[in-house]
Amino acid sequence: MLKRLRENKAAQGTLLALPTTFWLFFLLIIPLFLTLVISFGQRSPDGNVIYTFSLNNYIRLFGYSTDCPAGQTSCFDPLYVQILWRSLTLAFNTTVLVISMAYPLAYFIARAHPKKRNLFLFMVLIPLWTNFVIRVYAWMMLLRKEGAINIIIGAVANMLHIPFTPFEMLYTPGAVLVGMVYEFLPFMILPIYTSLEKIDNSLYEAAADLGANAVKTFLRVTLPLSMPGVVAGTILVFIPVMGTFIVSDILGGRQVILVGNLIQRQFLDARDPTFGSAASLILMVMTLVVTYFYTRKFGFGEEIVAA
Amino acid sequence: MNPFRRSPFVIAAAVLVYVFLYAPIVGLVLYSFNASRANVKFEGFIPEFSDRVVMDGSLVKSSPCGPFHWYCDLAKNDDVAEAAGNTLTIAFTATIISTIIGTMSAIALQRYDFKIKPFSQLALYIPIVIPEIVMGIGALTLFSQLFGWINATFNLSGNARLSLGMATVTISHIAFMVPFVTLVVQARLQGFDKSYEEAAMDLGADEWTTFRRVTFPMILPGVMSGALLAFTLSLDDFVITFFTNGPGSTTLPIYVYGLLRRIITPQVNALSTVWILIVFLAVLALQIIQNREQKQHS
Repeated sequence: MLKRLRENKAAQGTLLALPTTFWLFFLLIIPLFLTLVISFGQRSPDGNVIYTFSLNNYIRLFGYSTDCPAGQTSCFDPLYVQILWRSLTLAFNTTVLVISMAYPLAYFIARAHPKKRNLFLFMVLIPLWTNFVIRVYAWMMLLRKEGAINIIIGAVANMLHIPFTPFEMLYTPGAVLVGMVYEFLPFMILPIYTSLEKIDNSLYEAAADLGANAVKTFLRVTLPLSMPGVVAGTILVFIPVMGTFIVSDILGGRQVILVGNLIQRQFLDARDPTFGSAASLILMVMTLVVTYFYTRKFGFGEEIVAA
Repeated sequence: MNPFRRSPFVIAAAVLVYVFLYAPIVGLVLYSFNASRANVKFEGFIPEFSDRVVMDGSLVKSSPCGPFHWYCDLAKNDDVAEAAGNTLTIAFTATIISTIIGTMSAIALQRYDFKIKPFSQLALYIPIVIPEIVMGIGALTLFSQLFGWINATFNLSGNARLSLGMATVTISHIAFMVPFVTLVVQARLQGFDKSYEEAAMDLGADEWTTFRRVTFPMILPGVMSGALLAFTLSLDDFVITFFTNGPGSTTLPIYVYGLLRRIITPQVNALSTVWILIVFLAVLALQIIQNREQKQHS
């Protein structure tokens, strides 16, 4: 038996890969399948799952409602469609803002003197590895009516003799956007930096020799060659923003509800796992579709591993 | 053209982004010394020797710990100690298991051909392209359905009933950590010169000896960085833990999240500051190790 194994390379490979494959199969693929099955089910009065095949949860998610004004048996309720749309636009806005902030910084680091690069990168890693929940909390303190941002604006206004009354920035859509940008900014900086750093200096020299000015060099050399980093960064930012619920929970109060909050509440507060499963599958399909078309257009770089 | 020339615009933008990255952290640390228990306004440092009246008229007691009052408070907090213990237990267990099986599968995927190889490789990318919350509720559904069925079938009651806890959190953590270990070790194996192994075999070493004495020492740095990455991911995880934890398995991120939804005293800031300090030292150590390794290679 052992001797045969020693000669059978394929069996050896299978055995080596088996624990991981089994683990991922058991905890990723089976759960996804279960989620799919349950999303077609119905909620029993005591919060359990009745296995049926009904599309009710999906119909409800896309606006069908039986809770209508008098005289109608069904009507359009935009609540859940609005939540889906809000999550999608927030993820889009966050990604755009994050790219516009991460690119200059990544460029700055990539073109810094090699000896200083490690220090600048180190300064990006500290916020990245600081816990997610702690980072949301930090913004909670800054955005309050009594918080640091209002104090600073107040002081500046005072110096300029402009009247200013502190206002509540917490529990607004803007607060959620700022929080999301802050949470995911490092995930964009690192891949863009990785792709910028790979660009050979001789390309810049060649561009300069051929008479390109700084703007033209950037548009024709730097930007195209750094696209793999931007693509990888976008995947690392867009997908998690779509599904995050802590940022909107803490910084948005009950005002800003995203798909993540919807799913979380179905599983923990409202106790309708069937509806929550349907919502989470829709979330997954949305992110996969966006990622698919995005990567098909721009390609899928290995930069994703850098972060 | 000087390759290190940068326009003032880029420098200004970079400085602004760094300010954006660090302002919240500085605020967090500053408020951990707050004299105000309500922690809404910063009311000065806690006095060391005599009591003092602060702006809102309340009395601030002097503390034997002086400005570090909230840190002393934190040290006495049993819930924090328990949560920290849970976090470390889960992270250590999950790291050991995911490093072993992750390294095994990296070797398999890089060195062997077998039937389920495409499937194994594909499964590794799932956690990267799927939102964490989908994985989290998937694991929750799996455990609750499975445990419900087992409890009913075997008529388990009381303490014998299976429920969410340390084990479910650890098992779920391994699932999202393994792909990272495998991908890091695979990357290391890709840049690996096979002639060292061939030399060992030529000199009469069998496969196991070759692995133990040649291959493993050479991929060890990759295994170590994979393990370190997995460890930090586990310490940091909120979403997966949120859905798979049960009574008695609260981790630090879950504990802090719970506090944020209730009363927030500067103790949370003290906890955050300690945490950031530990992260700072860990990242620093990692950088030093990596630099040393780079120097050895060049």
